[in-house]
Amino acid sequence: MANNSDHRDLFPGALELMILQSLRLKPMHGYALVKHIKQVSDDLLQVEEGSLYPALQRMLKEGWLEAETGTSAKGRPTRIYRLTDAGIRHLEKEVISVEKMFAGITRVLAVAKV
Amino acid sequence: MQWFAQFFSRRRRYEDISISIQEHIEERTEELMVDGIARKQAEQTARREFGNVTLLEERSREVWTWPVFDSILADLKFAFRRLRKSPGFAATVLLTLAIGIGANTTVFSVVNGVLLKPLPYPDSERLVSLWLNAPGAGGLANFSNGLQLSASMYFTFREHNRTFQSMGIWTPSNASVTGVAEPEQVRTEMISDGVLQTLDVPPAVGRWLAQADQDPHGGKTAMLSYGYWQRRFGGDRNVIGRVIQVDAQSREIVGVMPRGFRLVDREFDLLVPLALDRTNQKLAGFGYSGIARLKPGIQLAQADADIARLIPVWMDSFSNGPGTNPHYYEIWRITPGFRSLKQLVIGNISSVLWVVMATVGLVMLIVCTNVANLLLVRAESRHQELSIRAALGASRMRIVRELLIESVSLGIFGGVIAVGLAFAGLRLLLAIGPADLPRLSEISLDARTLGFTLALSVLSGLLFGSISALRYARTQASATMGSATRTASAGRARQRSRSVLVMAQVSMALILLVSAVLMIRTFAALRNVEPGFADPQHVQTMHIWIPDLLISDPQTVTHVQNNIADQLAAIPGVTSVGFAGAVPMENTDPNWDEIRVEGKIYEGGEPPLRLFNFVSPAYFNAMGTRLVAGRDFTWTDLYDLRPRVIVSENFARESWGSASAAVGKRLRQFSNSPWQEAIGVVEDVRVHGVDEKAPAIVYWPAMLNNPYTPKPTIDAPRFVTFAIRSDRAGTEGFLKQVQQAVWSVNASLPLASVNTMQEIYSQSLARTSFTLVMLAIAGAMALALSLIGIYGVISYAVSQRTREIGIRLALGAQKGALRWMFVRSALALTGVGVVIGLGAAAALMRLMKTLLFGISPLDPLTFLAVPLILATAAALASYLPARRAAGVDPVEALRAE
Repeated sequence: MANNSDHRDLFPGALELMILQSLRLKPMHGYALVKHIKQVSDDLLQVEEGSLYPALQRMLKEGWLEAETGTSAKGRPTRIYRLTDAGIRHLEKEVISVEKMFAGITRVLAVAKV
Repeated sequence: MQWFAQFFSRRRRYEDISISIQEHIEERTEELMVDGIARKQAEQTARREFGNVTLLEERSREVWTWPVFDSILADLKFAFRRLRKSPGFAATVLLTLAIGIGANTTVFSVVNGVLLKPLPYPDSERLVSLWLNAPGAGGLANFSNGLQLSASMYFTFREHNRTFQSMGIWTPSNASVTGVAEPEQVRTEMISDGVLQTLDVPPAVGRWLAQADQDPHGGKTAMLSYGYWQRRFGGDRNVIGRVIQVDAQSREIVGVMPRGFRLVDREFDLLVPLALDRTNQKLAGFGYSGIARLKPGIQLAQADADIARLIPVWMDSFSNGPGTNPHYYEIWRITPGFRSLKQLVIGNISSVLWVVMATVGLVMLIVCTNVANLLLVRAESRHQELSIRAALGASRMRIVRELLIESVSLGIFGGVIAVGLAFAGLRLLLAIGPADLPRLSEISLDARTLGFTLALSVLSGLLFGSISALRYARTQASATMGSATRTASAGRARQRSRSVLVMAQVSMALILLVSAVLMIRTFAALRNVEPGFADPQHVQTMHIWIPDLLISDPQTVTHVQNNIADQLAAIPGVTSVGFAGAVPMENTDPNWDEIRVEGKIYEGGEPPLRLFNFVSPAYFNAMGTRLVAGRDFTWTDLYDLRPRVIVSENFARESWGSASAAVGKRLRQFSNSPWQEAIGVVEDVRVHGVDEKAPAIVYWPAMLNNPYTPKPTIDAPRFVTFAIRSDRAGTEGFLKQVQQAVWSVNASLPLASVNTMQEIYSQSLARTSFTLVMLAIAGAMALALSLIGIYGVISYAVSQRTREIGIRLALGAQKGALRWMFVRSALALTGVGVVIGLGAAAALMRLMKTLLFGISPLDPLTFLAVPLILATAAALASYLPARRAAGVDPVEALRAE
């Protein structure tokens, strides 16, 4: 597993949040998602493949995603994941709560510095 | 149902996951190759980076599964696969189970239909039978269903009771219906007002018989049963208002009762109003069955107290005519002993049914031990596999669960087949069952029965599965892996649980065999009882009823009966013909009343009641009832109204010391009646069945002076049963000739209840023979199953000890000694089983006491013979595998494994 001690563990729900946000831009297949997150975060975040696929299945079951048959960039069959309306609603809710959390953490850290 | 859809879309989900992961690795590989890494290495790196593909795929799949459910499903699949692989084992187990469960389902459906289900009337638990006890009434209340009600009691109780919502009385009767098709004798119930209201079942068509129909001087009406309506009127709804001739009386049909409606336990064709005239009623005439519906919340004891209060009122309100003492009945000590209607309907059949139920239950236990034994052998052969699985980390629970799942699914499978068998079994059971089985029409495989089958299947599965599961759970994985290798013979422990099972089987089989043999001995004892008639298969009987409205003069009635007898006697092959008020074992008593023997003083001034019968000349001859002393009636005795009687042998002994002393002695009915001379004595007749003591009987001539009228009037029984002795009795041609003979005398006389005396006799033994057949089947099954069990245990022991046998033989053991070694171990098992079984049987047979006759529940012969039979059979069953052991070739045996 691509377990690198430089990368810290994500908080619960963070992986799902990133997947949802990425898929909001455009539907993608699994590997594309990994690459996308890595790229956008400037290599700061790396998705563990081990967590990705179970997470995708969980989200499919929740109804936030849909999987459809598609082809990869290389023309091989794969599954493309797409955000559903329920997924968008969930994402928006999660973004608000995460932003609140970050704001809170930032304030606490700022006070501690002084 | 979302989970349901999900369950079936899972395959697609799993495929999606594999494809996605596949593509993931492919793309990463290609990316790496772009960096100039060789394909093989790139692929390896990609896989290493990704991690354990299988594990991740499984993790992803798990999102869609319920782990417990899925592993159970997997166990089920595994169990079925294993069963398919050993069809012989599966077939044996399933068949054994199916027969066991099927037998239980069948008997339970009868128990359920007869004993457990409520009666088919609304709020049936409030229905009571008006049963009166009269310990002082001698024979009248000894034998039959207590003391029946008289019409005057009906009026008293109905007018003054405080505990009944409604009540009514009825009496069965026969009626000739003419004007529809051929003259037909139909089963009629004469009912008072209140009977239908009490039972509370609405009519299918038309209306109930109402109070207005009970007016003795009003319009004449009748109701039909559903069956009669269909049979004679084709279910025509316009039948209401139609007039039929019932005993030459015009009656208007006012309604039809629905399908399946019975008057308590009686099937009928016609309901006719009793139309009692209150002003003419006497105290006597105890000929009616009574029924009542209690007011809500009233208990039986309250109703008893209520009616007990009314007995003196009844004696004050009516009398038996001028000069009689209305309080005479005080010596009868009449008290109400009301019982629930259900209890009355079921009668004493419940002991038979529970014994049969217990019997098949025991067979089921034997079936379970047999299957458990088979499963143990299988589990033994899987020991290695299970030990390895345990060593690899399968929890003990998991393996036990798997074993139980296998056995429970066997049980359920067996149960499914059993339901099919039960359908057939039920038909068979009802065919061989006693025809007087109450509520026969209510027996069916209903939901409760099927629930019972399911429960039994699952429970038995758990039972026989738990034995091998428990054994597994007790053994240590390491120990079994070690010992399962090349040891000389299998450990003692392995064989022990199977031996215990065989002992249990033997003891249960012993119990069943003892009960079966006791029943056989009972049946034989009953068959040995002299019934008081001879050669019953050559006696043809039939009922002929001459209604008042057809022939009103009693003397003409006797002449017609005499003519019929003469015509019948003229049929070729007929040796003698007679008729009587009732033939034995048909459960009808023509009359009971007091008899005073000349010169005898009675305690309390009142003589005991005696059973009466009214007979024609040659009746005893036709029945084969021996004349012990004196002579038979002649037609002249009848026509001249000579005061003559014939008495039974026990009556003669009781009254005059011996049969021969009775001839010429005198007796009379009431103190003001003329004396009657005893001209003959006949042997005792067991009129109420061979298991009941023969009552003392006074036989009156079939034409006599009516003792109940103030002035002498001639009377003759109008309802008589003819007995015709002929070698051709029961054959179709003979019956045709009999019918012709009767119709040549009077064409509007129908024949009813045409049976040979043998049929009546067998019917009276039906309960015993039914129990006997059931117990014999159960006993035979038990014997066969336990022999299979013994055979199995010994042959398994032989196969396990082949090496040891080889060594023994090589060292010079005698073959005979080897054979004996195995037979001896079988006999040891049987011996222990027999000892346990004897103890249990001795305790259990007491419960069967009511079913036995002429034999002790601890009959020494039975308790000696059955263990001997079992031991012999066990020796034989073990001899076969033992001979195989002695035939082992030492060289082969030592080389094997």
